[in-house]
Amino acid sequence: MNLTLKVWRQDGASGSGQFVTYPANDVSEHMSFLEMLDVVNEKLEAEGQDPIAFDHDCREGICGACSMQINGVPHGPERGTTTCQLHMRTFKDGDSITIEPWRAASFPVVKDLVVDRSAFDRIIEAGGYVSVSTGATQDANATPINKADADEAFDYATCIGCGACVAACKNASASLFTSAKLSHLALLPQGQAERYERTAAMVAQMDLEGFGACTNTYECEAACPKEISVNAIARMNRDYLKATLLGR
Amino acid sequence: MKLDSREPTGPIEERWDKHRFDMKLVNPANKRKFDVIVVGSGLAGASAAATLAELGYNVRCFCYQDSPRRAHSIAAQGGINSAKNYPNDGDSVFRLFYDTVKGGDYRSRESNVYRLSQVSLNIIDQAVGQGVPFAREYGGLLANRSFGGAQVSRTFYARGQTGQQLLLGAYQALARQIDAGKVKMYTRTEMLDVVLVDGHARGIITRNLVDGTIERHAGDAVLLATGGYSNVFYLSTNAMGCNVTAAYRAYKKGAAFANPCYTQIHPTCIPVKGSYQSKLTLMSESLRNDGRVWVPKKAGDMRPANQIPEDERDYYLERKYPSFGNLVPRDVASRNAKYVCDENRGVQGGQQVYLDFRDAINRVGAEAVKAKYGNLFHMYQKITAENPYEVPMRIFPAPHYTMGGLWVDYNLMSNIPGLHVLGEANFSDHGSNRLGASALMQGLADGYFVIPYTLGHYLATAKQPKVNTDHPEFGAAEEAVRGRIGKLLSNNGSETVDSFHRRLGRIMWNHCGMSRTAEGLTSAIEEIKELREEFWNNVSVTGSEGSFNSVLERAGRVADFLEFGELMCRDALTRNESCGGHFREEFQTEEGEAKRDDESYAHVAAWEYTGDDSEPVRHTEALDFEYVKLTQRSYK
Repeated sequence: MNLTLKVWRQDGASGSGQFVTYPANDVSEHMSFLEMLDVVNEKLEAEGQDPIAFDHDCREGICGACSMQINGVPHGPERGTTTCQLHMRTFKDGDSITIEPWRAASFPVVKDLVVDRSAFDRIIEAGGYVSVSTGATQDANATPINKADADEAFDYATCIGCGACVAACKNASASLFTSAKLSHLALLPQGQAERYERTAAMVAQMDLEGFGACTNTYECEAACPKEISVNAIARMNRDYLKATLLGR
Repeated sequence: MKLDSREPTGPIEERWDKHRFDMKLVNPANKRKFDVIVVGSGLAGASAAATLAELGYNVRCFCYQDSPRRAHSIAAQGGINSAKNYPNDGDSVFRLFYDTVKGGDYRSRESNVYRLSQVSLNIIDQAVGQGVPFAREYGGLLANRSFGGAQVSRTFYARGQTGQQLLLGAYQALARQIDAGKVKMYTRTEMLDVVLVDGHARGIITRNLVDGTIERHAGDAVLLATGGYSNVFYLSTNAMGCNVTAAYRAYKKGAAFANPCYTQIHPTCIPVKGSYQSKLTLMSESLRNDGRVWVPKKAGDMRPANQIPEDERDYYLERKYPSFGNLVPRDVASRNAKYVCDENRGVQGGQQVYLDFRDAINRVGAEAVKAKYGNLFHMYQKITAENPYEVPMRIFPAPHYTMGGLWVDYNLMSNIPGLHVLGEANFSDHGSNRLGASALMQGLADGYFVIPYTLGHYLATAKQPKVNTDHPEFGAAEEAVRGRIGKLLSNNGSETVDSFHRRLGRIMWNHCGMSRTAEGLTSAIEEIKELREEFWNNVSVTGSEGSFNSVLERAGRVADFLEFGELMCRDALTRNESCGGHFREEFQTEEGEAKRDDESYAHVAAWEYTGDDSEPVRHTEALDFEYVKLTQRSYK
């Protein structure tokens, strides 16, 4: 199939960007979206032009590096799918595809489709862990954990930190990302000791980074490639209220 | 070059304890006086950086990704081994040790493997303490499953995302130390050289991948946890950015590279579709617990799977290896897939075999199968547009893990004092074939439970003066790095970096892949030399040095692969035997199994760099087997 790509090109955080049109011809339906971009890029490189910069690494949908808005939707049209796992069979001959970086003030553009998501790391650094040093643990089976709780904790723990939730949100809120980590740990006995301090600290950091507030539109859940439930946000809000009442 | 393994002596079960007592300690108040550089933030790097910081050292940690959470350990699917013996099915520390030495085809160091097996117990405790959500039984206790090369269930797992969950555990421990100010994290930063002062590793030269800044970092020790080199094959299960550069640069500075030819070709990957393909996707080995591997009995049988009756299917692993069946180790499974495809019995005439869940679905139901492997089935369907609940998966082996790596002693230190190597980047524990679910175990063992002890011993005994980045050695290393970058950028060639990488990959896959011959390897060495020359004459590297430049990044990595590939072939050519993942066609049993030569090759081959225009020198470290008897490996 032959496609027309409209790609956001921007040289560095301070430069102004614009859309540039590229043809993508002879695209196989079996290609992944990123492989299609590879082919376009290799042609640009062969012509001595600067290829389109985009983040990517594992190409298995798990590292969370890939991050692009495809036709206005984070990771493109398929539900529960990262860009690297999106295949060209989703598109048809003659399609025009618009490709942009995540758009959020807290994710400044580094170049073209590459954005700086270090704000997410700082939210985790603020408290997204159990304070247990190496060696200071009991036997792994000493504390049984209800299977349903463990499974639910796992569902929240599958967040890949890609930022699609922020890109999808009209407020650029990081509530789904932050609450997914909070819920993962809040559902497990290991996470209880610091539960409320953790909630207060991570929410404070989220605000400090300039992410917007949640207004319950749930675009984040729809865009999440791991289909993480917005129930996490409700739990975060409850725990945040409790943390405030407890003065943590 | 002297290769002293510094293995403790005495009864094997007491060696690590004895060694821990014999090693010198650094007083808690003195730890903060030491700066430690950790390159890589995967399971080994993140766990080491976090643990060393907890102990009080000042740590700087580097990764090329935009966040330490994205290191490729994240993609490990199936699980992590531990000799917990919770299922009460006959496991023990000794059995895990035995299985690992045997699975590695008797080419690993007994003392190291025994220690790995011992600390495997602590790893699970640590991960659970961090809140890693392992799979659990209804009673709330941890679940286990089986993996290849073992007859006990000792694999802990978190659905098909065990690597992700363990890495996030280590990443969170790292984040806690970053918050505490004990770790300074450098993301989007690539190490381009290691700096030696008075023969000790005292720093690194890095390039900031956003703005191209070249930086110098000095410290009291350097830890490389930079992963494996499967991307030398171009197509592999590794992430796109995985590379050999850090390890290879250390090799060129004098670190011995051990057993580079030991590569693992993973049996269950999604087959290649087209020339545009950028990587291969692995389907966890855990699928072989319930999936049955087969091909048509008749050569050239083009019928779809559901039209091939039961008695015309060849479940070749179950037929040839009745006691292990579909759970034979990876090297055996891969080789047999190649054999049946060589006989023109590959599915639909291609390089592929079936992994069929029909019987499992009939036995336990689709829901139960989904609960175990849901995300893997989902991923398979995404990539192939086929529903594995209805038609069998098509799979074929692909380059995956590399057992070879920088040579290290029992303390995980290379032959360069102060340069320590952890995880997949070292050569230590898996011999010539790694068992499934052992990579996560080794990465975390090295980072959480070995290096925190052994690094202290080095720092307490090395007694090197403080150096800073003004030292002339830093200047010389920086100049070399800049010179190389300048050479790549000023080349003005016409062929892309990826094109060279693909060509190298084809040479490596054809001659240094699943099976190797002296003739093929000899010609590969010449082909690689020619390709390398062509690369430096004709590669096109666009963009500038002082900017975000993915072409330049890739060019530097491919340039190193173009040298390293030759070293792999040399190693394969001089190892005149077959063992584990290294299969030389000249050396096989009548049944086509790997035929070792313990008389001549029960040793580690460690290569010393002697210059770009001279051949590397092969050194050996003899392997003594006191506890495991060397036998022909049998999974029949």
